[in-house]
Amino acid sequence: MDTDTLALPRTHYLNAEFGLASWLLTTDHKRIGLLFLGSISMFFVLGGIFAGMIRLELLTPPGDLVSDDTYNKLFTMHGIVMIFMFLIPSIPSVMGNFFVPIMIGARDLAFPRLNLLSWYIFMIGGCFTLYAIVTGGVDTGWTFYTPFSTMASTSNVMAAAVGIFIMGFSSILTGLNFIVTIHTMRAPGMTWFRMPLFLWAMYATSLINVLGTPVLAITIVSVALERAFHLGIFDPAYGGDPLLFQHLFWFYSHPAVYIMILPSMGIVSELIAAFSRKNIFGYTFVAFSSLAIAVFGFLVWGHHMFVAGMSVYGAMIFSVLSFLVAVPSAVKVFNWTATLYKGSVSYQTPMLYALGFIGLFTIGGLTGLFLASLGIDVHVTDTYFVVAHFHYIMVGGALMGYLGGLHYWWPKMTGRMYPDLWGRVAAVVTFLGFNLTFFPQFILGYLGMPRRYHAYPPEFQALNVLSTAGASVMGIGYLMPAIYLFWSLKYGPIAGPNPWGAKGLEWTTPSPPPTFNFDETPVVTEPAYAYDTVEKKLA
Amino acid sequence: MPELPLFPTQASTMAGKVDALYFFLVSVSAFFVVLVAALIIFFAIRYRRRAHGEVGAKVIPSLALELTWTIIPLGLGLVMFFWGANVYFVESRPPAETLDIYVVGKQWMWRFQHLDGQREINELHVPVGRAVRLTGTSEDVIHSFFVPAFRMKADIIPGRYTTLWFNATKTGRYHLFCAEYCGTRHSGMIGTIVVMEPSEYQAWLAGGGGEGSLVSQGQKLFQDLACITCHRADGEGRGPILDGVYGSKVDLVDGRIVVADDAYIRESVLSPSAKVVAGFQPIMPTFQGLVSEEQLLSLIEYVKSLKGRELNTTKK
Ligand code: HEM
Ligand SMILES: [Cu+2]
Repeated sequence: MDTDTLALPRTHYLNAEFGLASWLLTTDHKRIGLLFLGSISMFFVLGGIFAGMIRLELLTPPGDLVSDDTYNKLFTMHGIVMIFMFLIPSIPSVMGNFFVPIMIGARDLAFPRLNLLSWYIFMIGGCFTLYAIVTGGVDTGWTFYTPFSTMASTSNVMAAAVGIFIMGFSSILTGLNFIVTIHTMRAPGMTWFRMPLFLWAMYATSLINVLGTPVLAITIVSVALERAFHLGIFDPAYGGDPLLFQHLFWFYSHPAVYIMILPSMGIVSELIAAFSRKNIFGYTFVAFSSLAIAVFGFLVWGHHMFVAGMSVYGAMIFSVLSFLVAVPSAVKVFNWTATLYKGSVSYQTPMLYALGFIGLFTIGGLTGLFLASLGIDVHVTDTYFVVAHFHYIMVGGALMGYLGGLHYWWPKMTGRMYPDLWGRVAAVVTFLGFNLTFFPQFILGYLGMPRRYHAYPPEFQALNVLSTAGASVMGIGYLMPAIYLFWSLKYGPIAGPNPWGAKGLEWTTPSPPPTFNFDETPVVTEPAYAYDTVEKKLA
Repeated sequence: MPELPLFPTQASTMAGKVDALYFFLVSVSAFFVVLVAALIIFFAIRYRRRAHGEVGAKVIPSLALELTWTIIPLGLGLVMFFWGANVYFVESRPPAETLDIYVVGKQWMWRFQHLDGQREINELHVPVGRAVRLTGTSEDVIHSFFVPAFRMKADIIPGRYTTLWFNATKTGRYHLFCAEYCGTRHSGMIGTIVVMEPSEYQAWLAGGGGEGSLVSQGQKLFQDLACITCHRADGEGRGPILDGVYGSKVDLVDGRIVVADDAYIRESVLSPSAKVVAGFQPIMPTFQGLVSEEQLLSLIEYVKSLKGRELNTTKK
């Protein structure tokens, strides 16, 4: 890269206006993306601190670091913060907000003020949940199972539930905004099948957000009413059904897993294409598999309840449907791998995260088959096998994709590069630390260690020690980007409009982009990832 | 450094079945992980970028290939599904002849009730080589009965009866865990299943400490609670005769027909007006709050025992 000839553009979205008000009242989707980036990064740190304490506690069998109540609150708040305050908003609210308009060649989202509102709603909801945390915490588990959450728990369930309820509206608004934007604001020539795969993923995710989140809202309201007035919805003592809650909860929360993972798959598709300089193998298969996953994801919630007293035939239906949704995911893995074939593959930081994603997602997905198999699920459900499985999908998948995307688009967002060597080291350290943390938990789970245990029989210790050791390695892996990305804001070399030599409208505008993204509306004349038309002299 | 166990003991007839399926899935998974990893590493080296402005070759995707790698996972998935469902069927259908034991989960302990009257807390004695059927309910929140060595687990839910069964194949002591998060001392809600030779088990049973068999406890309760004043065996009472009712079909006033199982009897005691038997008035009082879950179990067991008794009435 001939960096010496590059300079930052004179005005761009970051320096177009100054002062606190210019941020808090902005309707620029890029600035809103950064507001989200700041908020969820802080929540991630918080959730990470809880995770660290959980792992430290589990270093020894008797549970001697914190009390049992404290431990229960730790894993509950870890779960709530990581899911509702980090993973669900992460990619849509940060990368989606920032890049959906740019990638379709638009000047902003369809409803810029609504977009700002969704950040405020998110923060208000977040404050309720934080309030619940600082005023004593919550101990129901992030799943809020009744009747424990409606009668037995002595903790701050209401405040936490209200927070989650409010934050849900933020997801709904963001989802609506993306759907309308993608439908109506594509640049001339940007047909549906010329859209980058990230946009397909965002579209599918938005569908789930809009259709699924209201069910969560209803569920939470019911829990609150039940707690306050004992209406007898869930509590059998008043004639309610405890399993009704689980059905409602998982009807949202299973698709929610796809809210976390689909955007990540979209990013990985971008990365694999950009760093192999090639069209994604089977573009249409990958695009439609996102939609298929979004739709079928609504039909498998029952696989969380195989031992909860479901009829044998009900269980069989949920089991077979679960196997069916696994197929589009497998197809994606094969397509990504095949994209490397005859590519021109480079291993810069984002690509390492993407390849790490494939590895971890493959393991996470395959172990999902164990849970979908009725006979095995009975043994491993509610054990550490499940903890390992969902971390492979949500942390190994969603978070690796998020970090890959952050590294890929960082130069676009800030105009500066970070040290690629450190980036690569961080990606490798995270990958190794991750496996050391969570692979032993599969074995622990099959041995029978139940989840949410604050103390455990001594024979489980060796594997727990490995897991805690891995967690510290992984912690270092997460700390490194925090340091060098901050460093790059001031000292990083100027990136230029297209540091990776990648295709896509976002790389045709200056870095950082001007307030209205493009000086003139771009016209699209070729499919996404048309690297074969690129002259050899590029970059 | 503590020892590093990698595989749980197999101590029930289910264990081998579950493990066989598990090993099949582990092999399939290992195959695909190795395949994907090997391809990525191979491509990574073979097609690494050599020149700065280089682009990838245009590869036309082959439909045949796409179909192949859609259909093979689908096929493997269906094999796993059928195999898994098959194991699940065995897991959820107790055999005809079982030794019945009751279990009540409560924050934070397991209470067991043998038919012969023995009660145990957090420890359950059973004979080896005999199918044991557990019927369980909870007094407060949801718990889950989990014995890893038996590869067996089921949620124990308030207001419902869960049945689960196992046939232990090895004597010894095995962990019993609560696997559904249930509050402060969830991780302390653990117990032991003691599997004994049948002769030892008989000796243990005889060693007693029981308060009479479960049936006799139920019978006493039936009198103490004055159930007997209405449910008279001669058919002259204001309530239906209970002899022979267990397991039979019952006609209700609203025209429905239900099977008189454990859950029905429990409901009839706690909320009698929910299902009123045809030909009777809804006059039975509720015993909600008067009987504990354990007492309910003894009442059920008593009603069950009325099955074979000679009826000396004409009214059916
Ligand atoms: C993006 C990062 C992460 C996410 C989204 C995440 C999410 C979750 C969730 C949802 C739970 C379930 C809580 C529950 O069962 O109620 C959980 C549990 C747990 N997490 Fe994480 N986690 C993340 C990172 C980590 C890290 C870095 C560690 C360890 C270093 C960790 C360790 C654990 C452990 C040990 C549990 C089990 C708690 C239990 O016994 O239920 N997590 N995590
Ligand atoms: Cu419990």
